[in-house]
Order: sequence, then structure tokens, then C-alpha cells
Amino acid sequence: MKIETIANMSKNRIPSIGNAQIRLLESLCNASAVSGEEEKVRSIVLEQIRPLVDEIKVDALGNVLAKRFGQEKKRLRVMVTAHMDEVGMMIVADDEEGLFRFETVGGLEVSQLVGKAVWVGKNRVPGVIGAKPIHLVEQDELSQLIKLEALRIDVGPENGKKVKVGDRATFATPFIRLGPSLRAKALDDRVGVATLIELIRQPQPHLDLLAAFTVQEEVGLRGARVAAYTLDPDLAFVIDCTPARDLPDWESGGYHVEKEEIENTQYNTRLGAGPAIYIADHATLSDPRLIRHLVETAEALKIPYQIRQPGGGGTDAGAIHRQRVGVPTVSISVPGRYLHTTASIIRLEDWKNTLALIHAALSLLSPRLLRTER
Amino acid sequence: MKSLIKKLVETIGPSGYESQIRAVIREEVEPLVDEVRVDNLGNLIARKGGKLPGEVRGQPGVKIMLAAHIDEIGLIASHIDDFGFVRFVPIGGVRPHTCPGGRVRFLNGVEGVIGIERFSIALRSESNNSVPSFEQMYIDVGVSSRKDCSLHVGDMAVFERPFLDMGKRLVSKAMDDRIGTAVLIETLRQFEEQSISSPHQLYFVFSVQEEVGLRGAMTAAFGVDPDLGLAVDVTACGDTPRGGKMEVGLGRGPAIKVRDEGMLADPRLVDWMVETARRARVPYQMEILIGGTTDARSIQLTRAGVPAGCLSIPCRYIHSPSEMVDFGDVQNAVKLLVELLSNPIKFLTCPQS
Repeated sequence: MKIETIANMSKNRIPSIGNAQIRLLESLCNASAVSGEEEKVRSIVLEQIRPLVDEIKVDALGNVLAKRFGQEKKRLRVMVTAHMDEVGMMIVADDEEGLFRFETVGGLEVSQLVGKAVWVGKNRVPGVIGAKPIHLVEQDELSQLIKLEALRIDVGPENGKKVKVGDRATFATPFIRLGPSLRAKALDDRVGVATLIELIRQPQPHLDLLAAFTVQEEVGLRGARVAAYTLDPDLAFVIDCTPARDLPDWESGGYHVEKEEIENTQYNTRLGAGPAIYIADHATLSDPRLIRHLVETAEALKIPYQIRQPGGGGTDAGAIHRQRVGVPTVSISVPGRYLHTTASIIRLEDWKNTLALIHAALSLLSPRLLRTER
Repeated sequence: MKSLIKKLVETIGPSGYESQIRAVIREEVEPLVDEVRVDNLGNLIARKGGKLPGEVRGQPGVKIMLAAHIDEIGLIASHIDDFGFVRFVPIGGVRPHTCPGGRVRFLNGVEGVIGIERFSIALRSESNNSVPSFEQMYIDVGVSSRKDCSLHVGDMAVFERPFLDMGKRLVSKAMDDRIGTAVLIETLRQFEEQSISSPHQLYFVFSVQEEVGLRGAMTAAFGVDPDLGLAVDVTACGDTPRGGKMEVGLGRGPAIKVRDEGMLADPRLVDWMVETARRARVPYQMEILIGGTTDARSIQLTRAGVPAGCLSIPCRYIHSPSEMVDFGDVQNAVKLLVELLSNPIKFLTCPQS
């Protein structure tokens, strides 16, 4: 069958994103699940997918591993992952009177923490990372970097009794829809989690869908490593959220330089340009066969897509592709601005297209794809 | 052997995109071995010997994995600007100071030269003497606009430099580690020509993605599950003007690795290699490398652990477009490897008390 024919067939079945999906993403984003303590997100995931899958378990590290089997004879075993954890903070010392020292968990820049409202612990005790008011700041302090040791989380003396050393904290940013966009904390990678849940809802008779909702991605791809060992798939797709820095090149001179020098050459991805397909990051060189499959699928179905700029960063693919005898792997991300800060922004359209592309790519998967050597 | 080396170093193969160089190696290796396969990451795995380790002169053989990586460092296009200039990021340990003025060839055949921003960012940087960063460089492929540029974000390139035969010394942009693959292929040829039968089951692994983190050897070693692992790769030299303090130099024989940044070689392997070299009268030198590591690290840490070591080819100017090795060292490496592989290995077949 020609790819166009199949494309037309599967176009009718492309899952959509409506209010129900947005509400699910809202509850996922608002839940606190800093690396190592993913319970709140995990329970939402379990509740959503339990009725849909044939097998389900939570492994020793806390990954949710779920299988939905196809019915056809020769089936590819396809792992699809999204990570449940988010970057955040951990309480490390009690300074009394509701003041707590903390460390960062995962990639967070200290200068972005100052003055932010936070939720501490699974039950979201409200607090703030205190900042010195401008009235009291000395002139020479303004040019100095603020050190983490100088910061405290303040929850007040009364609530201080509900907080203990070891509790995690995250930004207190409620999910909100802004016209074509969604703003929330932890869109990296709750948008992936929500996408994977939708994919599980769609039957794929020609393959076994091995879904992994992973833990501890933000601290070094740890959950995915053991998940891939257990699932031992034929190939893998990783759904994540990657930074978009598609803004004017303010940092290297702004409007004082010539126009041709302003061209932003390091944007990573662009908002609104569709799902971002990975070719290379620090952890993975994506399997070229899977890159080609995604690109051909997107072209055939006229789904917008972009190639993420090769460079740094890493996804769960970094751990999966080198597991056992190797797993052909590729990552696809929803582009998001201001990731790993208080509030990130994605476009609804990019999310829809990401779901559409991965769903179509799965529908069109054939064992032939892996018969040619990488 | 020089024509083999020339062919290997002039074939393109940046990390992750090794299909062209793999095809060349496969053609050389296939007639000389019993089985060839390619794994999920693209490693070429060639078995020499029966399905099980054999026996010679009453001594049992073991399963040995030899690894030389077929990938080379390179560049990836990260942005094509309005004027058709191609921004890039490195693949593997490319050194920025070796780039300006260099020539590159993309997998799709497009050639270009590396230029550097002069009058803008470079001049504004704090020190004009500092080494330029990759962000300040671009590839000029001879077009004036984005629409005339036949490249896309994600296209891969390697450095373009012809093979140089100086007689004793050989120079190429990809000695690391095509010279190791040449040593493995030549070893197989010697086995064939001299009709040597090894007691061992030998897996010649031509590994991928070494330059980005020893990734190919990791999955290959898991699949092969060897009793012993030996990488053949280049190592640095200390014999150049005001060079780093290092014992290894060109022309003094292959180097037996004791340690590098990522691996402590199994001392039993080191002794085995030293004793064999002495017995066979092959010159050798001992290698202690401060920075860098090889596929042997990946092999050593596979599954429950594998005794591993590395036979190194001394090489000057590693990760530059002109990597230099000594042909005598290369020939002696083959000689030593043939000797190592054709006899029983006592420390593995006679367990220590």
C-alpha cells in the first residue's frame, strides 16, 4: 500500500485534543512530582490508563509500565515513553520559624528562583523563596550573582510544622489557558504524559504498545534506563518537551547592531512550528530510519513539524537506545518557552500536531522499517 | 596494507552515520570470517571461529571481543541563515582551533569551508586572543541565500583532507580510529594467509558512536557477551616540541594501555600482552593516558563485568585534520595481535586458586 493511501486512512482516526484532554493536562501540571517523588502524577496516570491496558505494573523505581497488545500475528514491540517527574527543590535544613534551606533538583538556575512562590511537599504547603526588597539592596549587590546558600523558603511559623527535611518543593503556578497557548509549571514533561495517555486510548492492532511513564529523567534519565531493560522493545519513541528560544537576539546586542547580525541562530525550536524531531543531542544520535519515518509520515499527512537544532540537552532516549543490544530510538518534543522556570508556555496547536504525528507514525509502522541496517 | 588504510581513512563516517564506511569494511571482512551481522546501533560484528570456543593442543579457547571504532568526529548543520551560511555544532571532540580555514564534506556530497566571524562578535569578546567558539564559526558552501543552499538542519559532515603517505609516517583526518580497523582487518588477513587456527572464538567488532560516548561498544559487548575484551584504538604521544609529559612516542611500537581516564586495564591482560610481545620480539611501549578513553571501558562494564584492555597505536595531533601514525607501529600492532590471538590464554583457562 502506498503511504498516501494509508495516510488517508489513518487521518480519519487521528485523536483530537479537546476540553477533556486539556483538563487532564491541567491536573497533571498542577500536581507536584519533583524527581524521586512522582506519586501524585503516577496516581493520575494509573487511574487514566488502568481500564485501557492488558498489563500494568509499577517497577522498583516507580516507573509505570503498561502494555496494550495488538491482535495481528507479527507485531513490533514499540516502547513509547514520557517522563512524569519535574525539576524542583528539596528542603535540606530547618532554620526554624518556618524558614527552610533547600537545594535544587534537576536543572534550575538559581537567579530564576528568587522571589518565586512555591508549594512544599505533596500536600502543597504554600511558601515563597524570599527576595530582598529593592529598598534594602546596596548598589554593589545589584551586579552580583545571588547564591543558593543565601536563599530560604518561607512558609511561616505555623505551616512550618507541616514541612520536614527531605520534602520536595515546586513552583506554585496554577495551569491557565491563554488563547492559543497553555501556561503552567512542569509542562516539561506533563504534556508528554498527557500525549502518551491519549495514545494508549487508540488501539493499534499491528503492534504491542509498551508505554513507560518514567521517573527521575531530570536527574539523569534514571527511570528510563531500567524501564527499557524490562520492556526490551524492538524500537522506541520518546515524547518530551524541549525549549523554544524563538525570540529576538536580545542578548548579543539587541537593536544596536546591524540587521543581518540580529538573526537568531540558536533558537533550538520555534513555537507554533509543530512537533520537534530530534537528530542529535548530547545523549543520543537518533536512529536515522525513525527520523525518516517521522518526516515521511508528517509530509504525507501534511502535519507541520520541525527539526530540533542539533546540540545539547538529552531525553530518555539517551538511556533507552543503549540498553541491552541497543534499541532504535527517536525523540519528539512539543516546543515550549521558558522551561525549567516558574511558568512555561506551549501552543495548543503544537501539542495537537505532536499527538497527531506520533499516532500516525505508530499506525504506519511496519517491521520493514528495521530490515534495512541503520 | 597502505592501500587498505587509504581506502578506510578516505571513506566518510561521522558518528551515528557509519553506513558508508561499514559497507567498505564489510566487503573486506566478509570473505575472511564465518559470520557477519549488524546490530541495532549499526555495529558490524564479525565472528571468526566456530559457534563455540574451540580447543588447540589440549588447551581450551575463550570468547574474545576485539573492538575498533569506525566512526569519526564531525559536524552537524544547526541553522542555515538568510545568506546561505551554515551554522554548526560538533559531533564528538572537535577542537575549535583546528576548524577555521578547514574544509568539510557533507554526507550528501556538498563541500564547504569553515569561516569565522571577524568584525562582529569575535571583536567584541573580552579577549581577542581567545580561541574562537563554534558559535562564531560557519560553513560557507558557496551560495548566497538560504534557498540556494541544498543543506538542511541536521545534515552531517566530516573534515575533508586527502591521505598523506610520508613513507614511514602516515597522515589523515581519521586515523582515529580507521587505523585500528585497518589493524583488525590486516590481522584477519594474516590468519588467512598463514592458515593460523585460533583456539578462540573471535569477534571482530567494528563499533559505532565511540566518539560520542563509547555507545556502540556498549550494545555490541552486551550482544557478544565475551570472556575477554580488547580495544584497538589510537593514543596520544609526548614526543613533540613542548608536548605533554607522556612516555609514548611514534616508532617505538604499539602501546599497551595500563590506564586512561575511563579505564584501568585488567592487570592480567597487561601482563599477557607484555609477555607475548617479549616472546615474539615485537617492540612495545607502556601507555598511561591522562585524558580520554576507549571502547575498552564500555566492554569492561558490560553485564557482570569483562576483563578488558587496549592495544594502542601512538598518534600525534589526535582530533585534528592531520592525525599522524608510524607505519612500523601499525605493522607491529598486527604482529602482536596475531600472536596474542593464536595461542591459549592461561589466566582465563586456568582459574586462579
